[in-house]
Amino acid sequence: MELLMQQLFNGLTIGSVYALVALGLTLVYGILHIPNFAHGALYMVGGYITLIMMTEAGLHYILAMVVSICVVGLLSVLMERLVFYPLRHSPPIQDKVAAIGILLFLEALAQFIWGADYRQMSTPFGQVVEVFGLTLTLQRILIVFAAIAVMILLYWFLKKTFTGRTIIAMAQNREGAQLVGINTHKVAILTFFIAGALAAIGASLTSPINLVFPGMGHLVILKAFVIIIIGGMGSIPGAILGGYILGFTESLGATYLSADYKDIIAFVLLILILSIKPQGIFSKGGV
Amino acid sequence: MNVLTNKKVIISLLIVLGIVFPFIIPNLYYLHIMTLAFIWTIAVYGLNLLAGYTGYLSLAHGGFFAIGAYVIGILTVKLEMGFWLSFLLAPLVTMFIGLIIGLFALRTKEHFFAIYTLCVGYIIYLVIDKWEGLTGGVRGLIGIPLPEAIGPITFQSPTAQYYLAFFIFLLVVAVIYRIVHSLTGRTFIAIRNSEDLALSLGISTKRNKLLAFVLSTFFAGLAGAMYAGFIRFIGPEIAYTTITFDLLTYMIVGGIGTFAGPIVGTFLIVIISQNLQFLQDYRMLIFGPLLTLLIIFSPRGIVGFIQMQLYQRKRKKQESLAYKNREEETNAGG
Repeated sequence: MELLMQQLFNGLTIGSVYALVALGLTLVYGILHIPNFAHGALYMVGGYITLIMMTEAGLHYILAMVVSICVVGLLSVLMERLVFYPLRHSPPIQDKVAAIGILLFLEALAQFIWGADYRQMSTPFGQVVEVFGLTLTLQRILIVFAAIAVMILLYWFLKKTFTGRTIIAMAQNREGAQLVGINTHKVAILTFFIAGALAAIGASLTSPINLVFPGMGHLVILKAFVIIIIGGMGSIPGAILGGYILGFTESLGATYLSADYKDIIAFVLLILILSIKPQGIFSKGGV
Repeated sequence: MNVLTNKKVIISLLIVLGIVFPFIIPNLYYLHIMTLAFIWTIAVYGLNLLAGYTGYLSLAHGGFFAIGAYVIGILTVKLEMGFWLSFLLAPLVTMFIGLIIGLFALRTKEHFFAIYTLCVGYIIYLVIDKWEGLTGGVRGLIGIPLPEAIGPITFQSPTAQYYLAFFIFLLVVAVIYRIVHSLTGRTFIAIRNSEDLALSLGISTKRNKLLAFVLSTFFAGLAGAMYAGFIRFIGPEIAYTTITFDLLTYMIVGGIGTFAGPIVGTFLIVIISQNLQFLQDYRMLIFGPLLTLLIIFSPRGIVGFIQMQLYQRKRKKQESLAYKNREEETNAGG
């Protein structure tokens, strides 16, 4: 029972991070219909910026995270302006290739600047606490609460503010949004910024319990794709739900099935889903 | 007419160059690099058939390459079968696995297909990496035998291996040429240009897409088997996404959906990479942005760019000729 509870909590932690990354991916997909393969690289850069700010500039963990959010957000905007914007009328295969080009570049750049070693990130929240008989580190609790807070904030922003609603409007109907006077370029920039920021938050939160290295984004981005396909490409509640489903499945699978093959679970899940329903589970029909 | 003879001259020159290469540059290292370039080109041709001609971007190509390599590795090392029989079986087994995966993967389209195949590629990698009993896990398979002698021809020396790779390479290029210029090849292009239109013309898109997919895995498996026979050691890293992305880079730089693209892209990048040895780990610092820039400014790569230039020059010439003719006509009339 205790093992189960522990694993459920682990699932909650991993799921929170997955949900954050998947949210960024799904937002960008909803607006521009680009599967942004470079999103994993943004996640990786986010981890590194936080780490470097802490070790080189001596900033506090939280402050370093804020810097990371800004840097990765701007990087993401830069990507939209320089690459995806000029490609907006091209066939879909070209967006994908361009995104892969950015991904390869950012990974090589990270390796060039910071080296290929696996690095550990320290955290001021390393204490171990006991809650209801479970031993948890404060960092894991922080991950769960911070992620949930970010999600609530995002939800509030998208539903209750005017700027946020323009994003939803554009995702629902691009031409319609333009007709009522929404500046779609601005919305695209804003969306890319938010996506980058979410990736940076996810990476900074999880780095102290994992490691920072140039390839850290690979698995996460693949799983984020799995999540948004499960949850419906472009759907925000779907990304959150999908993130937690995958988090729980993985942590339980690692304990009760096989730790070696736990990374496969997500992909097998996706292959099964797409084999049965090629458009994803919650798709709104052909778009 | 002029262009046609030009083409023939260029092709014969290239073949002669390929034959005399070991005599001009008797450097074993360069011979090794060239042999590898032939092998990569074959894999890129497979990818081009699917992504370039049919319009389905598969990101599992590195995985199929690895399947080809591992089939020959397992057959020769674990089951101690002969090289040539295993070499024959490797692409066929890859093709069969490709057929099964293709049946499901091709139900999806566009982004879903890319993500689906990316996941397939990752599963192939993880299975190879974790299934110690079959694949040797992270240690890989060591001691894949040399090809047995065929009659008087032995494959001991690097030069002989070079010629073997070159021979298979020429064969593949010829086969691809036949496929692309056949009705099947045009069907692939029709599917790429508009699947709905192709369907309404009475083309069975399902069957043709599957054919393109299976053919592409065949060439990936063939290249993998050649790689395993040449390097004689394989590890799980050949199934990783880096290989897929390398092949993708070769294809895009050379020209996606063009016939000469795979050769141009592969040889260009392999040769540049060799001259930028110090960049080995960081070569993507150059090729990553190159990939992105090319896709923005010349989506059909170097070959596509040249074709466009030639076409425009020809059109200009025709236009000026037509103009001149008209002028002469009016002069004669007046």
